[in-house]
Amino acid sequence: MTDLKRTPLYSAHTELGARMMPFAGFDMPVQYEGIISEHLATRSAVTIFDTCHMGEIRVTGNSALSSLERIVSCNLTDLPAGRCRYGLMCNEQGGVVDDLLVYRMGDAEFLLVVNAGTKDFDLSWIRRHADDTTCVTDETDETAKLDIQGPGSVRVMGRLMENPVADMKYYAWKTNRFNGRDVLVSRTGYTGEMGFEVYCGPDAALDIWNSALEEGVVPAGLGARDTLRLEAGLPLYGHELSADRNAAESGLHRAISKEKNFIGSEAVNSGAPSFELTGLELEGRRTARAKDLVTGPSGEEIGVVTSGSFCPSVKKALALAYVKAGATRRGEVLSIQTARQVLQVSLVDRPFYKDGTVRRPASEFI
Amino acid sequence: MTPDDRKYALTHEWLMIEENVGTVGITDHAQNSLGDITFVELPTVGEAVKKGDECAVIESVKAASDIYSPATGIISEVNSAVEDSPETINKDPYGDGWIFRLENMEEAGELVSADEYEKNLDSE
Repeated sequence: MTDLKRTPLYSAHTELGARMMPFAGFDMPVQYEGIISEHLATRSAVTIFDTCHMGEIRVTGNSALSSLERIVSCNLTDLPAGRCRYGLMCNEQGGVVDDLLVYRMGDAEFLLVVNAGTKDFDLSWIRRHADDTTCVTDETDETAKLDIQGPGSVRVMGRLMENPVADMKYYAWKTNRFNGRDVLVSRTGYTGEMGFEVYCGPDAALDIWNSALEEGVVPAGLGARDTLRLEAGLPLYGHELSADRNAAESGLHRAISKEKNFIGSEAVNSGAPSFELTGLELEGRRTARAKDLVTGPSGEEIGVVTSGSFCPSVKKALALAYVKAGATRRGEVLSIQTARQVLQVSLVDRPFYKDGTVRRPASEFI
Repeated sequence: MTPDDRKYALTHEWLMIEENVGTVGITDHAQNSLGDITFVELPTVGEAVKKGDECAVIESVKAASDIYSPATGIISEVNSAVEDSPETINKDPYGDGWIFRLENMEEAGELVSADEYEKNLDSE
């Protein structure tokens, strides 16, 4: 095995007895006490995730906006400083090379938060397609990131941070201070719950982590992160999003501008997509897994599963799948061919979990 | 601790024989490796199984695993309670989390003692 990278929180994970697993080149915690308990703690209380592995890329210069408008699928001109937005980077064929959050830092300054496994590619892709006068800097190694998620996150963040967070709107960011150190806080996350992402220097990460645990925040691993995002119907790069699948098929309309030209926009915005990302509910507790085939009423192959798991809050086995557009109707019974047997599934709306607190005002949770 | 009142397969099942009836479950190590168990497919009562046959399936949030019969025999009883509450296997793998029982046992596979099973885990 090649040498795995460690986040600044590695020793905290091993001291807690976390089960570690290689993920995108990092040795990352999958679970501490258990995926289901960490999942449920996020929905009902508050958890903290080590997301230091993710990539941060700063893009600056007078041409930064025009460069990023060409590289990223969502509109950025109308994104004010103090807000962030979810977008995709596409290739010329309309496939997705990564999904990302774009933070508007100022008129001529942006911070991109990208997936760990794609960061190096992203960096070269952005440099290749940005204007020569745009400055693109990899700040991943100097940036630690912690996600504090769940309805209890507002109170905990209020105690940890020097400045208030309860006034922050969904997808807003603010600079803040923790123990005299500068941090950036956004009201974002990947769980479907009220929550915050905290960016800080690597030397502050362990202090924030330990202070959160002292406040009763439950550590949660990548296992719960995956079941939470699946229940919330959120895509995961490498599963729902990939370079060989047209972005339009993802149904991420809010992330894809129809009013501007970006790399791949012609392929993405030309006509109806041939597949649609679809939510499937399995009839029993048995789960489907990525790459299982979806078949129609007469056994014909109509799609493929991209993610599947038993989902602890919905208490059902659920899956996301790309299904041929027009091949199905809501309520129609389809099948999934797993490695072991054929399972009956029906089409259901996303998000699978509908009681998430993510869009409620933070002030309700003080 | 691994109970020493039964035998173990190196595929992480246990077999406890009482009055010619064998009870089968998975070890604490197995349930811990699988993590939170969410689904159990039980064999059918009356089914004849050979040692080493895949005769049950356990799924967890992250993985799926076949359960191999540690002996040849006829399935005489299954633990239906774990179908509705699969987490029982996590909580009590050597007790309430048993999976099935075997009668007319002919041949137990190459089973080992609790001590040997633990030593084998250490060397894995």
